[in-house]
Amino acid sequence: MFPDDTFKVKRYFHHKDFHKPHHSRATPPQADVSTQKSGTREIKVVRRVLDVNEKMAEQNRKLFAEKGLFVLNVMSSPGSGKTTTLQKTLARIMPEIKTAVIVGDICTTHDADRLANTGAPVVQINTDEFGGDCHLVAHVIEKAAITLALDDIDFLVVENVGNLVCPAEFDIGEDSRVVVLSVTEGEDKPVKYPLMFRECEAALLNKIDLLPYLEYDKEKAVDYIHQVHPGMPVFEISAKTEEGFDAWIEWLKGKIKAKVH
Amino acid sequence: MHEMGIALQIVEIAVGSLPADLGEARVAAINLKIGKLAAVVPESLRFCFDVAIKDTLLAGAKLVIEEVPVVARCKDCQAQWTIDQPVFICQMCESGSLEILSGRELDIESIEVVEEDNHVSG
Repeated sequence: MFPDDTFKVKRYFHHKDFHKPHHSRATPPQADVSTQKSGTREIKVVRRVLDVNEKMAEQNRKLFAEKGLFVLNVMSSPGSGKTTTLQKTLARIMPEIKTAVIVGDICTTHDADRLANTGAPVVQINTDEFGGDCHLVAHVIEKAAITLALDDIDFLVVENVGNLVCPAEFDIGEDSRVVVLSVTEGEDKPVKYPLMFRECEAALLNKIDLLPYLEYDKEKAVDYIHQVHPGMPVFEISAKTEEGFDAWIEWLKGKIKAKVH
Repeated sequence: MHEMGIALQIVEIAVGSLPADLGEARVAAINLKIGKLAAVVPESLRFCFDVAIKDTLLAGAKLVIEEVPVVARCKDCQAQWTIDQPVFICQMCESGSLEILSGRELDIESIEVVEEDNHVSG
């Protein structure tokens, strides 16, 4: 069903560092410009800066609708357990639901190697090729998606680059977004990164098997999530022990089945 | 964290929007709107913009950023207010069903072009 040649692995090295300017707070002084009003022309533009990405995302959405597949964008900070959560999730839904994965990282194919063990076709994107980006963008998803046998797939999971800021801003043409948050990260992540929690449809609170060893106020974390996104479903899970997985898998299957008949 | 990519996109859109008959005129400013909820840090974007405009038609242009507050309207009681804390719950009726009216902007509004003769640097 999934030919081996759909497994594509690319490896690139960090040759461009576009993020360096981010760390410098020095803005060079600019010359004051005073202008006689008569000599100034204002050209109206009124365009969204990201409209190129948004158009590409809409094209992706159309392609995914034509192919009849449900696309989930999974986001989180680094180390929250996205890959393990997905490994365990795929093990539960496959082969009933035909699944493929696109995984984004700045470097390495480690996550793709782990996810390929589930038997699902996996495409690794290393964003170095595209400038070391801290998130996946729509045209990169399109490039990766067309290497998959989309007609044979019902469910495409995109594991985004580990980052709670930037991926929230970039539509990739997905049907739904979920955020993974782990109990080792601090309760206030939702209020520190409100856009991410606003943009996602559900949250997975991971690593709950560690709760006995931590001074973590789970209720507070859930309250913060609901402060930013009232009514957001929160699935308390342990990707290690699979505690709490039944409710999450049921929700996910419901979403997939609502789109894929 | 992705401000350089945004800056490059701004340059691309702005250069593409310049009239063909620019002649001796110079681009003085790019007017941008950034919503408070957008994942963009204005200061970082300014820094990246100054790097990105080098050797382009925008060289020397200033990035003028208008920050747009997050304004929400309650879908249940129609109350409208500015959100300045990460709390997306209606202050009047505690409903969580909100419409975000502004705050997600990342828009180029306009470009200011100035004739060289009228330009005084100081």
